[in-house]
Amino acid sequence: MASSLRRIARLSLISRYTSTDGRWNTLRGLSTATDDLNSPNQCWTSNKPVNLFSAINQALHIALETDPRAYVFGEDVGFGGVFRCTTGLADRFGKRRVFNTPLCEQGIVGFAIGLAAMGNRAIAEIQFADYIFPAFDQIVNEAAKFRYRSGNQFNCGGLTIRAPYGAVGHGGHYHSQSPEAFFCHVPGIKVVIPRSPQQAKGLLLSCIRDPNPVVFFEPKWLYRLAVEEVPEQDFMLPLSEAEVIREGSDITLVGWGAQLSIMEQACVEAEKDGISCELIDLKTLIPWDKETVEASVNKTGRLLVSHEAPITGGFGAEISASIVERCFLRLEAPVARVCGLDTPFPLVFEPFYLPTKNKMLDAIKSTVNY
Amino acid sequence: MAQLTHRSANLLKPISAAVFATRGLTTASTTPITVETSLPFTGHKIDPPSRSVETTPQELLSFYRDMALMRRMEIAADSLYKAKLIRGFCHLYDGQEAVAVGMEAAITKKDCIITAYRDHCIYLGRGGTLLETFSELMGRKDGCSKGKGGSMHFYKKDSGFYGGHGIVGAQIPLGCGLAFAQKYNKEEHVTFAMYGDGAANQGQLFEALNMAALWDLPAILVCENNHYGMGTAEWRAAKSPAYYKRGDYVPGLKVDGMDAFAVKQACKFAKEHALKNGPIILEMDTYRYHGHSMSDPGSTYRTRDEITGVRQERDPIERIRKLILAHDLATEKELKDTEKEVRKEVDEAIAKAKESPLADPSELFTNVYVKGFGVESFGADRKEVRAVLP
Ligand SMILES: Cc1ncc(C[n+]2csc(CCOP(=O)(O)OP(=O)(O)O)c2C)c(N)n1
Ligand SMILES: [Mg+2]
Repeated sequence: MASSLRRIARLSLISRYTSTDGRWNTLRGLSTATDDLNSPNQCWTSNKPVNLFSAINQALHIALETDPRAYVFGEDVGFGGVFRCTTGLADRFGKRRVFNTPLCEQGIVGFAIGLAAMGNRAIAEIQFADYIFPAFDQIVNEAAKFRYRSGNQFNCGGLTIRAPYGAVGHGGHYHSQSPEAFFCHVPGIKVVIPRSPQQAKGLLLSCIRDPNPVVFFEPKWLYRLAVEEVPEQDFMLPLSEAEVIREGSDITLVGWGAQLSIMEQACVEAEKDGISCELIDLKTLIPWDKETVEASVNKTGRLLVSHEAPITGGFGAEISASIVERCFLRLEAPVARVCGLDTPFPLVFEPFYLPTKNKMLDAIKSTVNY
Repeated sequence: MAQLTHRSANLLKPISAAVFATRGLTTASTTPITVETSLPFTGHKIDPPSRSVETTPQELLSFYRDMALMRRMEIAADSLYKAKLIRGFCHLYDGQEAVAVGMEAAITKKDCIITAYRDHCIYLGRGGTLLETFSELMGRKDGCSKGKGGSMHFYKKDSGFYGGHGIVGAQIPLGCGLAFAQKYNKEEHVTFAMYGDGAANQGQLFEALNMAALWDLPAILVCENNHYGMGTAEWRAAKSPAYYKRGDYVPGLKVDGMDAFAVKQACKFAKEHALKNGPIILEMDTYRYHGHSMSDPGSTYRTRDEITGVRQERDPIERIRKLILAHDLATEKELKDTEKEVRKEVDEAIAKAKESPLADPSELFTNVYVKGFGVESFGADRKEVRAVLP
């Protein structure tokens, strides 16, 4: 019950479309404005409503199209992947550039690092973020430190690892985890998480072209559910730049990925109680945009951070610590964290585990009334 | 294997004997019969065992019944999943029943089994009940993991079933640890560590093989080769799909995994070998009828003809049925009656499981650590903020 409510919340928040004359028109709400699209060409040829997996698919098409040294591979990727993100790529670009790997995550990432070290764009898919752990060593010890320890002779900057993360309503222990914080503890890699189809496309292209290895987590709950207008052409969104997606004056809310739609729900509800919330999408977790968050907290004097991953040691703790350092005298209440619980991701208890709208609302109120 | 028919006093009656009593089987049921395995075994660095397998009418009939029960259970799980009574990821075993049944016939409950997520029938083979199975599938209190594990995480400690693992390949080195403990304790028992053809490409398998061989562990690595890892055919993922040979210095045996007697013979042979000499790989050539999991229709990467072909020519239940009829151990009608019985048992177990309450929400916080160590958390309404829960 709770999880189906959550599902509806996600749906209504990400996509703000209404059908008139049988055509989809945008009403533009939370989801991105086209203004921050950093394209050489500001006049968009066409903006079709697409879902998140199709937006990823478009980005991968463009990445392969625009760079003959780009490769896409992973388990079942040649067939389109379990979430259809790589559909059509092998047909279009051939099996030498888009291919299936055996089931061996550590090998996949190690191979990708080597490929990238030769000056290629290695775009590796890990089927679920839950399965990235066999490759953890490769990411932490090989990818992240290659440039540093070789005194800049070598690097694997062309490496992008894509992995679907997060809850889907009933995924259970090994299809729902949000492991982003583990990777945020590793200088040398970037961690990026998009919140919507348009963001996914623009950010993924930036990650692929960024000269540093990047782990890109895709909110799998939104693959089909989130639909918004996405420019068809090539565009990039800047990394390490947070975005204020809703302005407010009483409290700052910071999140990323799928959690933002839940947070926006809470903002809307809080507004009914006269609380004005400012909502920030962090987008890049490391290196993160402290200035945007700092400026916002200096304005509101209050901060709430929310993520699906367990609260202890989550990236919310880092944000909280940094903001306390920077805004100590301005803070009017302790930083609130509404996060996953300190338990393994549960199967039947998912609605209890998740940082839901009501938990957030509760925390907003107690922070504002502190 | 008769224990499979005695699983739960209220739900399951030991009916094999009763059903076939008309033919005087109760008295003759232990008279040995010799059957030939469908195919010869192929050995790698080992002389394969004989194709002649000793059995009894009783065993034949219980193989039939047990596999029919497994199949019915999996079909029922499919429906429950479609009705959204089972959530999460669910992987079915129909087609592969002969592996579970044949293996159990060769070993004891003191031997250990560890497997991946396709675990319902292995659990049943270890003596689990239908009620526990369906309860677990539906997240109920009566489930074998108190409803906390779901389809992928079945366990049964009292009969050496170490589950039920979600990360492909991760269970194999665990199996070596179990085998080491068995050897260290000077138990004459072995561990069967099961994995798929897809999992066979994980590095962990090779790490496990080396340790097992280095330390002569009584570990039997069972590769259930159903020829696909999700949508990937074995040949697309493995340079050598001869999985029984991939242990290099570890001997291996290729087994027709659709023939319960071949499986039984191979497991018996492997157990003896492992206790004396250390690890061995058994590659079970088998087939899954269902898609990989419930979201896979199972027909995009293989032809319908391939599936029907296996059903017609190699089905493990059909094979036993033919043997029973050929040895005149039961009539067609009696076998049909068994199927009906099995269907009824499954239906009754589902009805009962539906009455079992959902796992209590407080269970969310239990078993994270040893009881009493505490975990700081808060409830759904954030009311128990910072409470230390048991
Ligand atoms: C480390 C890891 N990577 C990927 C997955 C996703 N996954 C689950 S099952 C599976 C295929 C496994 O195939 P196989 O070993 O042949 O076993 P089968 O499903 O055929 O029984 C994959 C890729 C996973 N669970 N764990
Ligand atoms: Mg397989």
